[in-house]
Amino acid sequence: MQEFGSPYNDRDPENIGSSKVPPSEGFREAAIWQILETVCDPEVPVLSILDLGIVRNVRCSPYPHLGDGGENLEEVEIIITPTYTGCPAMDMISINIKLALAEHGYKNVKVTSMLSPAWTTDWMTEAGKEKLKAYGIAPPNVRQQVCNNDLFAPNEAVQCPRCNSYHTNRISEFGSTACKSLYQCDDCKEPFDYFK
Amino acid sequence: MEKFNTSNIKETLEQSEPSKVLPSGEDLGGAFLLHLADTTLILSQRNSEWCGHGPILEQDIALTNISLDLLGQSRNFYQYAATLINSSTNQAGAQVTEDSLAYLRKEREFKNLLLAEQPNGDWGQTILRQYFFSQYQYLLFEKLQNSSDEQVAAITAKALKEIKYHLRWSSEWVIRLGDGTAESHQRMLHAVDELWRYTGEMFLPADYEKVTGIDFSFLKDAWMKNVKAIFEEATLAIPENVFMQTGGKTGIHTEHMGYLLAELQYVQRAYPNSEW
Repeated sequence: MQEFGSPYNDRDPENIGSSKVPPSEGFREAAIWQILETVCDPEVPVLSILDLGIVRNVRCSPYPHLGDGGENLEEVEIIITPTYTGCPAMDMISINIKLALAEHGYKNVKVTSMLSPAWTTDWMTEAGKEKLKAYGIAPPNVRQQVCNNDLFAPNEAVQCPRCNSYHTNRISEFGSTACKSLYQCDDCKEPFDYFK
Repeated sequence: MEKFNTSNIKETLEQSEPSKVLPSGEDLGGAFLLHLADTTLILSQRNSEWCGHGPILEQDIALTNISLDLLGQSRNFYQYAATLINSSTNQAGAQVTEDSLAYLRKEREFKNLLLAEQPNGDWGQTILRQYFFSQYQYLLFEKLQNSSDEQVAAITAKALKEIKYHLRWSSEWVIRLGDGTAESHQRMLHAVDELWRYTGEMFLPADYEKVTGIDFSFLKDAWMKNVKAIFEEATLAIPENVFMQTGGKTGIHTEHMGYLLAELQYVQRAYPNSEW
């Protein structure tokens, strides 16, 4: 199961424990995970939704179910979680999941949004972080990203995705989408997004 | 553990007349969800009026980001409220949705805080309104995330991560403007004068809040303590002996609300059932 990008590979065991949904097993689910790898985040098209860590689980009915015309009517449920509550990409992602599965013959697909446990940057895969950086967006630091409660706290050191310098400055905690902050590099002067 | 739970909601919703599509005052739990949804929707609408008008681009983006977070939170509450309302009324074809709750209710049916509907005024007034609300929302949602209602707990736990950003951003701005130039200080004094009278309502529970088991006097003390600390940094004084306006939680709004709804609901009112 692991090689198909199960969301439980490299996650905090505490988070796994708090989830009521067991990791999905079986080769039919595995085939679906592979298809999900091809669905991208519409805002950051280099990332698949598995890289982003927003697919929580895949559930299939226990047996294949073919219609009269031989079409695949197997019930499939994909459980996803939003990065930020108001993320407008979620509706688009849900449509894209259904389209991708429809292309592979799955007609009976339900996409469910689950809020708890809440998404964290820890769920992004290492491969995803590398793709982000190559795309010009600074990936989240290793430590889980949460808002620092101290007012006027100094910037956390974020590496410039262009020249790798750590001499960077936060311009704004809020960026072009709900999941990004805006930074600028003091060395190469390039402004860049940081995934928060 | 808060006492608020789905069983409260179901019980009260089931007692309502089957002909009622929208919950009324008797539907205590559902009304509480609508109160949370309405406040976040209305404040989101107000903040979004700044889109394209912020003092600088980065702060324009910051405020519209906050708007988006609030809208997302309100959608979650409306969706949950709609599920509960629909499962308790046995009507075919008269299902409520998040959209009908937001776009097709009248002013008196909205239960948002009066604070949320107040006009933007200048940047300082908008900032202070956001700060007062974020400080309150943070404390309230910290309680609600431990609610025995799993959906309320999930929505509020998720939202708390966003509220921390809002609270920090707005606190910093209150300090920056209050302890800034003579002009910005003067404007913050004006903002405090305009908005303080709408803060008392947050801590006077409506009937539908009394059944939640939330200790509002605790919320009030904690809120006041934090506001005092920020005001001290900002060289602003806490007003005393101010008459507190109330009514928003039970649908009695200020004169600004009708205009806000006219804009928010215009398309659905003019072209019923139109879709984007």
